[in-house]
Amino acid sequence: MHPVRKQRLMVVLFIVIGASVAAALVFFALSENMNLFFPPSDIAEGKAPVGKHIRVGGMVVEGSVHRDQESLKVSFEITDYAEKTTVVYEGILPDLFSEGEGIVASGKLDANGIFQAEEVLAKHDENYMPPEVSDTLKQPKGSAMPSSKQDYK
Amino acid sequence: MWSFLKKLYHKLGSPRWFYDISGKWLPWLALVCAGLLITGVVWGLAFAPADFKQGNSYRIIYIHVPASFIALAGYYIMAVAGAVTLIWRMKMADVVMRSCAPIGAAMTFLALVTGAIWGKPTWGTWWVWDARITSMLVLFFLYLGVIALSEAFTNRDAGSKASAVLALVGTVNIPIIYKSVDWWYSLHQPATLKITEESTMHPDMLYPLLIMISGFYLLYAVLLILNVRTEILSREHRTKWVKALVLARP
Repeated sequence: MHPVRKQRLMVVLFIVIGASVAAALVFFALSENMNLFFPPSDIAEGKAPVGKHIRVGGMVVEGSVHRDQESLKVSFEITDYAEKTTVVYEGILPDLFSEGEGIVASGKLDANGIFQAEEVLAKHDENYMPPEVSDTLKQPKGSAMPSSKQDYK
Repeated sequence: MWSFLKKLYHKLGSPRWFYDISGKWLPWLALVCAGLLITGVVWGLAFAPADFKQGNSYRIIYIHVPASFIALAGYYIMAVAGAVTLIWRMKMADVVMRSCAPIGAAMTFLALVTGAIWGKPTWGTWWVWDARITSMLVLFFLYLGVIALSEAFTNRDAGSKASAVLALVGTVNIPIIYKSVDWWYSLHQPATLKITEESTMHPDMLYPLLIMISGFYLLYAVLLILNVRTEILSREHRTKWVKALVLARP
């Protein structure tokens, strides 16, 4: 390769590597601030600030959803399978909200460790399947299922 | 093999050669592309089953995912063309880089808009500042930056160099977008299509998606060739062969 071109190639590599290192350092410095929400474990460890506007996220615990009969108030627990956080919310929940599904709520953590949510968003997972397949999967194990459809949790 | 590639590379450097050969390929590419897109859209929107949780609203995936794929892959094409422009000062590479930017910007915009439209019924919000969506917005601005910078100088070469540098710096964003859903907690779900494992999507829904993705890749190729051809004609409009071409038209 011609020396001039070689030099230009070095400059190009320097730009790409330099930018990558800079970005890596920035993201290393930001580290946890890049996360959209706090998992219940962080809240249990006291990492989440109390009284500040934050987001929490996790799976809604089965059987933990309690709706108020008189108003739109609802309370439920979320978990990351290590710790649990109680979330209180007043308003309409998204259609995809249900027990065992992921959610992200924004609001404030009060002094008792209860999360006062102002907004609840449903977190969709990466699984897509037709309703019939989902029904089949809910049946007890051992029921007949075509092998090609087996891996869709 | 190496000498063939080298020969091809030198031939690619000739705008006229590219204009002639792409003109022969273009109708076929466009035909296959249209076939794939029509098959994919009809299959995906009309025949693929509804999702067990989202119902029919998931069908926007047939536009959203292919557009996002192209937005990311197209950026690499632009950046590589930018690198070739910087190192070898190849005219055609500069043409390709400039032609990539508007298509990439359009695809990124499409991915952002379809994502927002899907987000409202699924998540309950149009927009959230999570890592995936924010880095995708940065990609959109990078594309716009490359377009703006390449036109910002009276001297075309200066514009090419500046925008090539920006394109190269921006490549760092591509793996960030791709891995953002794994590295950080985000609202956006992790990838459904996986390279190393089986995809978490039912085959009846997956096949039309794969057809749409290949259709979008071809669409990208067709749009890129069209853009490059236009740019070649406008740059070479003083040359004999372009004049002869124009005169030959009835």
